Amino acid sequence: MTDATTARNIPDRMNSRAVRIFKSWEALLLAVAITIFVVNSFASPYFLDAWNLSDATFNFTEKAMIAFAMALLIIAGEIDLSVASIIALASTAMGLAMQHGAGTPELVTIGLIVGLLCGAFNGFFVTVLGLPSIVVTIGTMSLFRGISYIILGDDSFRGYPSSFAWFGQGYIYWVFTVEMLFFVIIAVAYAVLLHKTNFGRAVYAIGNNPTGAMFSGIRVQRIKFILFLLTGLMSGIAAICLTSRLGSTRPSIASGMELEVVTMVVLGGVNILGGSGTIPGVVIAAFVMGLVTFGLGLLNVPGLVMSIFIGLLLIGVIALPRLWTMAAERRKE
Amino acid sequence: MKRFIPLREAILSAAILFLTLLVASRFPGFVAPANLANVFNDTAPLIILALGQMVVILTRCIDLSVAANLALTGMVVAMINVAIPGLPIPIILTIAVLMGAFMGAINGILVWKLSIPPIVVTLGTMTIFRGIIFLISDGKWVNSHEMSPAFTGFPRTVLLGLPALSWIAILTVVAFGIMMARTQFGRSIFAVGGNPHAAVYTGINVGKTQFWAFVVSGALAGLTGYLWVARYAVAYVDIAGGFELEVVAACVIGGISIAGGIGTVGGAVLGAIFLGVVKNALPVVDISPFWQLAISGSAILIAVAFNARSGRNKGRVILKSAEATQ
Repeated sequence: MTDATTARNIPDRMNSRAVRIFKSWEALLLAVAITIFVVNSFASPYFLDAWNLSDATFNFTEKAMIAFAMALLIIAGEIDLSVASIIALASTAMGLAMQHGAGTPELVTIGLIVGLLCGAFNGFFVTVLGLPSIVVTIGTMSLFRGISYIILGDDSFRGYPSSFAWFGQGYIYWVFTVEMLFFVIIAVAYAVLLHKTNFGRAVYAIGNNPTGAMFSGIRVQRIKFILFLLTGLMSGIAAICLTSRLGSTRPSIASGMELEVVTMVVLGGVNILGGSGTIPGVVIAAFVMGLVTFGLGLLNVPGLVMSIFIGLLLIGVIALPRLWTMAAERRKE
Repeated sequence: MKRFIPLREAILSAAILFLTLLVASRFPGFVAPANLANVFNDTAPLIILALGQMVVILTRCIDLSVAANLALTGMVVAMINVAIPGLPIPIILTIAVLMGAFMGAINGILVWKLSIPPIVVTLGTMTIFRGIIFLISDGKWVNSHEMSPAFTGFPRTVLLGLPALSWIAILTVVAFGIMMARTQFGRSIFAVGGNPHAAVYTGINVGKTQFWAFVVSGALAGLTGYLWVARYAVAYVDIAGGFELEVVAACVIGGISIAGGIGTVGGAVLGAIFLGVVKNALPVVDISPFWQLAISGSAILIAVAFNARSGRNKGRVILKSAEATQ
């Protein structure tokens, strides 16, 4: 239906680059971010304070690290709902190692390895056995967190070495935290990977048409497996940061975070059905979500009420453009 | 014989039987009729919700908001009971079902009219419903002493040797058995999930069928919401937290294909009973209840891997290219 109409209305020239950027989802999102920033700075006198803003970045840095990898995974047409449980398992493994006298370098290594292993586990089920990623990761979501519960029960690990606190509590310079540095490095790395490499082009190709991608010589399953590995690795890094920041591990750590990560990705303009999306979009979405939760927090809105906003945001960002196009089509008729 | 007992259900029944006998070999009390009735009663909410979830999954959707729906309805009926203690139980049941159905309809409308992927819709409504419970209850609990005896007593009322909760589960199973096999709605659910394009050509409205599937799932979640709150005699924000995963697990274990179109009422019920037996057997054999989560996770993985294997050698793909493009 859409094919027929587009075939008849072939534009005689493309929009200029400036118009395209101006009309993009990212530009709209940036406008939203700026509006929220301005509204917040009027709503609360504590908002425009360098240290407060610096604290606010903890709201999104860890989630955004995972969101970048998740964006690639969703663009390729898969999803990973087990990321929060990977954090729980990696954090529990680090806690166990800490109890057996591991130092900071060992803890970091263990966190990364557990993340990679969990990603490989998901990737194996999805790419080797050919199972739908949504069921597999709902299963591993229970399994990974379940292992944490078996190990910890209702107990907790605490007493991490003081040098380990650097990741989640350290500052590079003035108000700039270590996590911010990680966030920037990872964002740049993923932007380059997705937008400037063959690998990134392959990810888009797989999301748009897996069969076509296969016939054009892309190793679809291998690339999907690598994407699951990357998501696992990012969850491992997030686990290191979060554990270091909290200074303790409970099996319920980061519960519900998968939802916020998916929301961030979708808010960033990534098509949940795969095939399109950009890293700059996810970066701005991270800021939007961070600013919203921070602003609401300053206004004393409780966390569970904030989750209503997150839920509405998730449905709203997908529903509104669709309502918009539906209304536009009706007007044309 | 093979026609009457499908292979998957037979294997699952054998697994349940094996598990029960394994526990019974060390603790004979586990298979006493009274205890088995207890296990069934304990599993009743899971059975009811799994049937609702089955209908949704058959139409190629998924409903992750059932547990939040359950908790919100439970909180609302509990608060109604505190405000008007004399309200008769049938009215409360009606309110619970209608409220649940309404929340299901919200999911359904978003999927049908705006064609938003069901996973996104229900992840969103899941958090919204939980947030609303916090808003209306102010984070407070409704405790047993605030509820009327009739309100909390209903699921426990014994009829012909079984509590009302068990009877409701049995009635739901029978109703679904008839609905899926004998009604137009039941058949169209299979058609929509099996091949949406073909369903359109046979005059079935795919979106509308999915909408009604969500309404059915929501209504059952609402019903279970009242039963849950009345049975445990407490309502708070986090009741049945994470229960949606157990419900999906029951369906997947019961052989309902997440790709839609394949599944039976018997499978969903057996999947739920399997999880129920595991849950009740763990404390008996002295394993920490913290194992429950990991076990249901592994069961999902094993079941879905197994289902994919057994589904693959069913029939012959004649037009491989046509199959792949879908």
